[in-house]
Amino acid sequence: MTNPAEAEIKETVQANDVVLFMKGTSSMPQCGFSSRVAGVLNYMGVEYKDIDVLADENIRQGIKDFSDWPTIPQLYVKGEFVGGCDIITEMTISGELDTLLTDKGVAFDADAANKIREANQG
Amino acid sequence: MAMTAHEIEALIKEAFPTAQIAVSGSDGVHMAAHVIAEEFRGINRVKQHQMVYAALKGKMDGSNGELHALALTTKAPD
Repeated sequence: MTNPAEAEIKETVQANDVVLFMKGTSSMPQCGFSSRVAGVLNYMGVEYKDIDVLADENIRQGIKDFSDWPTIPQLYVKGEFVGGCDIITEMTISGELDTLLTDKGVAFDADAANKIREANQG
Repeated sequence: MAMTAHEIEALIKEAFPTAQIAVSGSDGVHMAAHVIAEEFRGINRVKQHQMVYAALKGKMDGSNGELHALALTTKAPD
């Protein structure tokens, strides 16, 4: 079963440093999980391309086949799949996301990242 | 048709017979699973989660998947 959106997805993740496949848009997320990841990226001042999978059923299914990951949202940094909501949340809290972004040369606000961690010292 | 915590646990147990598995959630659509399995040793987190999703045999795939969200935490035994 060929994936009609595969070429478009591949091009998008290679053409943009950071891509978030989500439900809704960065300013108008339509799902709690997408909203959480978009919220973290927005708060940390990370520039990213948001792709609304609700706008295109081919992309919505195609992205799941592309990454072998059954849920949305999905975050890509420099063409590599990083994770969904759980993993990005864990990485934000542990500081792994800061390390990944630094290693990949993606700008972000480290103070904001620290604030997120402080706020989550449950 | 939503899935019960027991069904999810049984599917994961089938794939990870020696794992410690705790499934929670009540609506059968937004569920959570905590899996500690030897099979995860030395494997990165994305791969670990993919292994659990594979164990669920398509119950999560596509927009008609029974399970809409499964909050996963996975690790190898300490």
